[in-house]
Amino acid sequence: MKTLWAFVLKEIYHILRDRRTLFILFGMPAAQVLIFGFAVTNEFKGASFAIYDQSNDPVSIALGRHMSGSGHFKQTVVAHRTEDIHQAFQSGKIKMALVIPPDFGDRYRSGNRPEVQVIADGSDPNTATTLVNYASMMIAQFKAQRVNQPFHIEVATRMVYNPELKSVFMFVPGVITLVLMLISALMTSLTLAKEKETGTMELLLVSPLHPMMIIVGKVLPYVLLSLINAVLIIAMGVYIFDVPIKGSLIALLGLNTLFIITALSLGILISTRTQTQQSAMLISLLSLMMPSMLLSGFVFPIESMPWLLQMISTVIPAKYFIISLKAIMLKGVGLIVVWREVSVLAILTFVFLLASWKNFKLRLE
Amino acid sequence: MTHEPVIIARQLTKRFGPFTAVDAISFEVEKGEIFGFLGANGAGKTTAMRMLTGLLTPTSGQASVAGFDVFRSAEQIKRHIGYMSQRFSLYEDLTVKENIRLFGTIYGLTQRQINDKTFQLLRKLGLLDEAKQLVGALPLGWKQKLAFSIALIHEPKIVFLDEPTGGVDPITRRQFWELIYQAAHEGVTVFVTTHYMDESEYCHRVSIMVDGRIAALDTPRQLKLTYEADSMDEVFVKLARTTSLS
Amino acid sequence: MTTIDVRDVYKNYGKTRALEGISLRVEEGEIFGLIGPDGAGKTTLFRILTTLLTPDKGSATVLGYDVVKDFKAIRKLVGYMPGRFSLYQDLTVLENLQFFAQVFGSTIEENYYLIKDIYQQIEPFKHRRAGQLSGGMKQKLALSCALIHKPRILFLDEPTTGVDAVSRKEFWDMLHRLRKEGITILVSTPYMDEAGKCDRIALIQKGRLLAIDTPAGIVNAFEKPLWAVQTDQMHLVLQALRRHANVASVFPFGDVLHLTPKSDFTTGELSNYLLNSGFPGVDISLIPATIEDCFMELMAE
Repeated sequence: MKTLWAFVLKEIYHILRDRRTLFILFGMPAAQVLIFGFAVTNEFKGASFAIYDQSNDPVSIALGRHMSGSGHFKQTVVAHRTEDIHQAFQSGKIKMALVIPPDFGDRYRSGNRPEVQVIADGSDPNTATTLVNYASMMIAQFKAQRVNQPFHIEVATRMVYNPELKSVFMFVPGVITLVLMLISALMTSLTLAKEKETGTMELLLVSPLHPMMIIVGKVLPYVLLSLINAVLIIAMGVYIFDVPIKGSLIALLGLNTLFIITALSLGILISTRTQTQQSAMLISLLSLMMPSMLLSGFVFPIESMPWLLQMISTVIPAKYFIISLKAIMLKGVGLIVVWREVSVLAILTFVFLLASWKNFKLRLE
Repeated sequence: MTHEPVIIARQLTKRFGPFTAVDAISFEVEKGEIFGFLGANGAGKTTAMRMLTGLLTPTSGQASVAGFDVFRSAEQIKRHIGYMSQRFSLYEDLTVKENIRLFGTIYGLTQRQINDKTFQLLRKLGLLDEAKQLVGALPLGWKQKLAFSIALIHEPKIVFLDEPTGGVDPITRRQFWELIYQAAHEGVTVFVTTHYMDESEYCHRVSIMVDGRIAALDTPRQLKLTYEADSMDEVFVKLARTTSLS
Repeated sequence: MTTIDVRDVYKNYGKTRALEGISLRVEEGEIFGLIGPDGAGKTTLFRILTTLLTPDKGSATVLGYDVVKDFKAIRKLVGYMPGRFSLYQDLTVLENLQFFAQVFGSTIEENYYLIKDIYQQIEPFKHRRAGQLSGGMKQKLALSCALIHKPRILFLDEPTTGVDAVSRKEFWDMLHRLRKEGITILVSTPYMDEAGKCDRIALIQKGRLLAIDTPAGIVNAFEKPLWAVQTDQMHLVLQALRRHANVASVFPFGDVLHLTPKSDFTTGELSNYLLNSGFPGVDISLIPATIEDCFMELMAE
């Protein structure tokens, strides 16, 4: 126990004394959350949109003016038929369309819940969500300006091309995945490769230390740091970007811990195969970071990938983590519902741990 | 030996902030001389050599190398000297021939000169059969000899050798020194920095730096007499003691 | 008592033959020097004995334990200082020492008497990071770290390479004090002039041992006469001597030439030959061989 503590303490000194490590550990996660976060919720000006006003009545015209007059939206197409809207979307002239049905004016005046339809280009889900949210907000505002009128405008939104809008708030689970991979796998493989590179591994091997102690001693601090980071990212998501956490916090942390161990085992596995920090870095980035980002469903939906890539994605731990994370955070389900994903993750972790255990060399060859 | 100095240093000084790395050193090196520049790590050897090779501008003092002033003509100096270091000399992932070609090109030799030199050099070193081998695959001793010959490819007046012969077997080491003797005999001045004291016994004259100053400068034989020592190693130990006492 | 017993050990790295049939014994309490250039196989032998590598052929025991089967037992009993400075550069002197004491389940205080002499010299800098120490101080710290668990054998792989003459001398003095504590020391060095500081030495070249004996024994085995030729025209005299039929070998040796003559050749004859070749004032004297002369002679055989 004393030896383990000596190890952990040494590792903490290493981390604290290396500014580069410190930056990767804490600067990168924060930067990623902010970059992804603001890329999603960024303010926009003059988004082109079409109005298909079937009502053509003073109230509907006023609504159209209200939308265009805000500066957020710019009407570039006046639609007279449904086809006009489709064409405009296809040619990329508009990002959104506002469809006002023929009975809008009548319903408005009779207080019979008037309805409008907002159509957005779901192939760019992040922008689409933002536009729809803004449009809804402005319609509500339009209503509020006419408080004396006891009515409510029903907004029916419809996403074209990506009806379920899968990337809403996806960035927080995605960033957590990337950051945990980065810190746990990359940093572990780096720190072990560094011991080899500087020759200190030689000294550790020629000591009565059990190899398990070397590994545990080296990775334990990173487990803690990774957990702190996960909490940090979730907190930033919640407080800066209003990402909801609908599920249990305990389940969330449990899931994160499991994934951290997955990533650490991958890092150890990589370090058993590399001799220098440079190669550890390259292998980590190519074999872990890229797939975790591109094949996990974070950036591109897995359903729309070619068959081969879908097959590859089944062995990418990040995929299962993102699915479970999303389910717990955004849908509010318990671990039971995602038991399949969690089990796969646990099995993968076990396999990686076993492989790194088998590969860890007691000698230099 | 005719009096024809090719390196002249007068009160040459380099300060880094409050720290004086080289403290007003003065010496001359003659044409065709093998000059050993010794000192412990951190004594200022490397800084002094960087000033003489035009890599660092001195803080004060004067120095000229191969007739060029270190303040005004650093670029000219670089063109007229050869340089070899144990740490870096040749590209291990290029072949022997490719290395020769590369350095020939760097020093502005014509295609024809490079071809002639390549043949001469390979024949002299007995490496004709190894011309197409990667340098990394050669034994250390051959690499050193090749690196030295390449440092002379543009026929410089002076060649600077930075810790040139560590770690080779005694015979290979002597073969290397014989190359140096031959170059010196042909009029090339050889400036060797090293912290291996036994290496210095091969030099014509030796300067020993301690704490940024030249603490002793003479032939190895005379230094051993002066300090009543059997080896240069002993000279250095005695010198370090007297300077730390003073 | 034999503490290290190496029997006909072979080791290859791919095509490179690192060790080709090495056999040697190191007795308890002696300083045994392994002397040879880079690439001779010194580090490979050290790594086999410290259980970091396994031999391809042959066997070796350390303190009676087999280096392959009983590697765990050996790791508890030996201290190792690798060729490269292998401590944590970003930890301070004290932190390094504490860490290595704890790794071996010991404390600094427990074996302080053993490292006291050495450690006191670096103690003023105990809060300095190891990476900022001078070569000599790094070497003292590395030795302290290798000693802190009171090993029975010390393996020191080229401890004096790249260290200045003063630190080298101090280092050897320390090794002699440690020997008095009963610690067996196996030390390697590329410097022939350090051979004299060992009780016994093995000369190693290209994976083979050239000789094993006391330094005096090795020098005494040099049977040919050896002449030192002193001249100011090193290059030309060397060329002239090479041409002479009665010169067996001639090499530059610092500021003189060392020459082994063939039989029936006298210094007077040589002196005359040089005079006739246009080199007056060349001084020739009979000298005892050094370890380096022996090494070269054995290499040539």
